[in-house]
Amino acid sequence: MYTEQVMDHFANPRNVGEIENADGIGEVGNAVCGDIMKMYIKVEDNVITDVKFKTYGCGSAIATSSIATEMIMGKTIEEALSLSNKAVVEALGGLPAHKIHCSVLAEQSIKAAIADYYTRQGIDPAPIVGVIPECEGGHCH
Amino acid sequence: MEKRFVYADNAATTKISKQVLEVMLPAMELYGNPSSLYALGSKSKQAIETARKQCADAIGADAKEIFFTSGGSEADNWAIKGAAARMEKLNKKHIISTAFEHHAVLHTLDALKKQGFEVTLLPVHENGIIRVDEFISALREDTGLVTIMFANNEIGTIQPIEQIGAICREKKIMFHVDAVQAVGNVHIDVKALNIDLMSVSGHKLHAPKGIGMLYIRKGVAIANLIDGGAQERGRRAGTENIASIVGFGKAMEIAANTVDSRIEKVTALRNRFIDGALKIERSRLNGDRDMRLCGNANVCFEGIEGESLLLMLDMQGICASSGSACTSGSLDPSHVLLAIGLPHEIAHGSLRITLTDENTIEDVDYILEKLPPIVDRLRQMSPLWEKIKKEENK
Repeated sequence: MYTEQVMDHFANPRNVGEIENADGIGEVGNAVCGDIMKMYIKVEDNVITDVKFKTYGCGSAIATSSIATEMIMGKTIEEALSLSNKAVVEALGGLPAHKIHCSVLAEQSIKAAIADYYTRQGIDPAPIVGVIPECEGGHCH
Repeated sequence: MEKRFVYADNAATTKISKQVLEVMLPAMELYGNPSSLYALGSKSKQAIETARKQCADAIGADAKEIFFTSGGSEADNWAIKGAAARMEKLNKKHIISTAFEHHAVLHTLDALKKQGFEVTLLPVHENGIIRVDEFISALREDTGLVTIMFANNEIGTIQPIEQIGAICREKKIMFHVDAVQAVGNVHIDVKALNIDLMSVSGHKLHAPKGIGMLYIRKGVAIANLIDGGAQERGRRAGTENIASIVGFGKAMEIAANTVDSRIEKVTALRNRFIDGALKIERSRLNGDRDMRLCGNANVCFEGIEGESLLLMLDMQGICASSGSACTSGSLDPSHVLLAIGLPHEIAHGSLRITLTDENTIEDVDYILEKLPPIVDRLRQMSPLWEKIKKEENK
């Protein structure tokens, strides 16, 4: 069902954990749906210098969050904001159709962390990051 | 412990047993059409009738009451739709079932609802067992069919079939039992239990996929399934799947003859697993502990999701299943776990281990060795677990 890349990131997830004194923390999803992603970022001079994640969810939820952390590490905020769920799916060599929402959550968790970073800086994130829905796809209860 | 391969998903399907395979291989060469007059055909016919007798003996039925099907789903569909066709003639339109039937039953009932039938689904409560008094209250003048599973496929809970059967017989209501999970794991005597229709599947009891049966009690009139030739007494036409029928007959014979020793051995294995698994903090057993199939254990671990648990178990060579949304292929966790009242977030973290007499203590101990560190690892990366622990420390 899963590609080698998905299984690799699931079995050996990169950047798992928390960052103490993170500059931004974003959490999306909820327990009822069966997936929660929490992203921690450290930002210096507009560059993401460290990123860690914690995920409750299925194999692809863990794999998408893992690869997403790799894809934004060392990138500027703007570059990180431009990361699309599609790019995450491509980097994993594809996801089953009913797992695409995991990649959307990964994208949103990064946006949520950046929004939190902006808020802490006293900047309104809404015009930059946009609105992050509380729950992706409206499939929740 | 060295890496092992442990198949612990026997409620999903089972391995074909050696004894079954042994009788099937020569049967593969019985190419004569059982309906043909010459000796070659008679040989095939004989093989089928021997199997039919084996199936009948295994459940206390007469051979004439056994009708081979392609499996459990077909048998469920036939029983329910066939009974519904009969109900129409009797001007009855009410059917009673339970909230946690297999989808082969629930979706068939959905189809009938669209045709105007009314369906009452009995609640199954926290222990996963229907209550006879609630069944009695649900009965109506126009109740024409009761369809209740012998034992649930996910949580293994055994239903009060004997009591329901007695009431149905007294009220002359057709009683169908989906016994797909139960055969070979409990004693079944269709006459003593007053069962009118009963579905059985071969691949759950070490026979191949694609074979099963419907028991239709003599005198119970339901519509035919497939019109055509005279096979299965004209009720389910089509040239027979001889080798599978032969294998199925053998499997039924073994299942019935060894049921006592199986219950004894497998119950001990299952209890060993349950006791070990429940040592993990914030875990729970789903369904009644005693009124459940000997091989079934269904446990929830808070803070983790079932699919990732299964993937990690698979990496250790352990085959199991879960009722999480991700594994059900839908957005909701299993309807069975929701029916026994589990909240979504707990149902997502379920693990089903189903054992047979081919499993060993070493298998169970291997699972118990691998499971706790996997649960722990997933919890360490779970923000939900983090929340649960924070709540605890408040």
